Amino acid sequence: MSSSPVSPPPDPSSETRPQPRSLSDLFVSFTLLALQGFGGVLAVVQRELVEKKRWMTREEFIEDWAVAQIMPGPNVVNLSMMIGARYFGLKGAMAALAGMLTVPLVLVLLLALVYAQFAGHPGVAGALRGMGAVAAGLIAATGLKLFGALKQNMLGRRLCIAFGVACFVAIALLRWPLAYVLFGLGSAACVLAFRKLKP
Amino acid sequence: MSETALHLVFKISDWFDLFAHYLSLSLLSIGGAISTAPDMHRFLVDQQHWLTDAQFNASIAIAQAAPGPNVLFIALMGWNVGLNAGGMLPGLLGVLTAMLGILIPSTTLTYVAAQWGHRNRELRAVRAFKQGMAPIVVALLIATSWILAGTNGSSLKNWPMWLLTATTAVIVWRSKIHLLWLLGAGALLGWFGLV
Repeated sequence: MSSSPVSPPPDPSSETRPQPRSLSDLFVSFTLLALQGFGGVLAVVQRELVEKKRWMTREEFIEDWAVAQIMPGPNVVNLSMMIGARYFGLKGAMAALAGMLTVPLVLVLLLALVYAQFAGHPGVAGALRGMGAVAAGLIAATGLKLFGALKQNMLGRRLCIAFGVACFVAIALLRWPLAYVLFGLGSAACVLAFRKLKP
Repeated sequence: MSETALHLVFKISDWFDLFAHYLSLSLLSIGGAISTAPDMHRFLVDQQHWLTDAQFNASIAIAQAAPGPNVLFIALMGWNVGLNAGGMLPGLLGVLTAMLGILIPSTTLTYVAAQWGHRNRELRAVRAFKQGMAPIVVALLIATSWILAGTNGSSLKNWPMWLLTATTAVIVWRSKIHLLWLLGAGALLGWFGLV
């Protein structure tokens, strides 16, 4: 559990806690994160940066993830850029972004070159299916872990559950477009939170 | 890579059109670049005939199977357009054109917004945004997992897939096992046709 109270979030620079040592540390860290992320990098980012390296708390992770989700563009790319920027400003954002994209880009091009030979092999197709199912489980686990961080949310338990269930039903079962759900449910939740916060 | 290969003659203005197309989609790609894939298909395959259907689908499939962010499917689309237009060098140009187009507007906007939010993190509105969005984005992860698990078919016949997804979720939630072991196990189970 994080020791920080509900709000405001602590300033990362003022605390003695682990953080990236340099731009190249950021670049290498994000390259390694990206290379472990089959079928999505988010679960790896949460596991490595929050649980292992402890660069950020669960609460900070959720906050950044909320911004990364609501902004256009690839979520994980947005997230890595924001994390890099926390520590080294624009340079950090660039280093994290480059780490996330450069080596995986080379790898994916190489894969594309060999793909044609093996695409029809039933074992390969099966292995990809199996990894896809595991990747789906990793994302669910990330969500389950972050649920604990909602205990400190000022909306309170009941409202958190209500918004969570509504979001799941709208996206997973009704398959509504993400933008409508994020802005519709999101603005309702933000207005409620705004009212609960003392001016 | 497909039997009905395309042979294109690409002018400077075509490269510019490709760039402009991705630029225009960038700010619309809320929830990830994949949400604008239908429009890419309309433009690249149906309208311009720069990509075959097979190339379009393979680009998405390979990027999802490969490590790294899924947005790399955009790079593969640029790569394939370039290959159709003459070979490796145009392919690399296509990668750059497509990736810069899809990334520049969205990353700029995100960076500026995030910096503003961080500077003003004591503002009531910023705190309300973070507190209000938290339960929604956490639930969104569970929903995303649900949708991904269902891509191989949601019928009861596919129960081993769902079981694998659920087991993975519980193991990762409750233990510290390295994620690559689980991905490897999933690949093996799939290779031998057990899921």
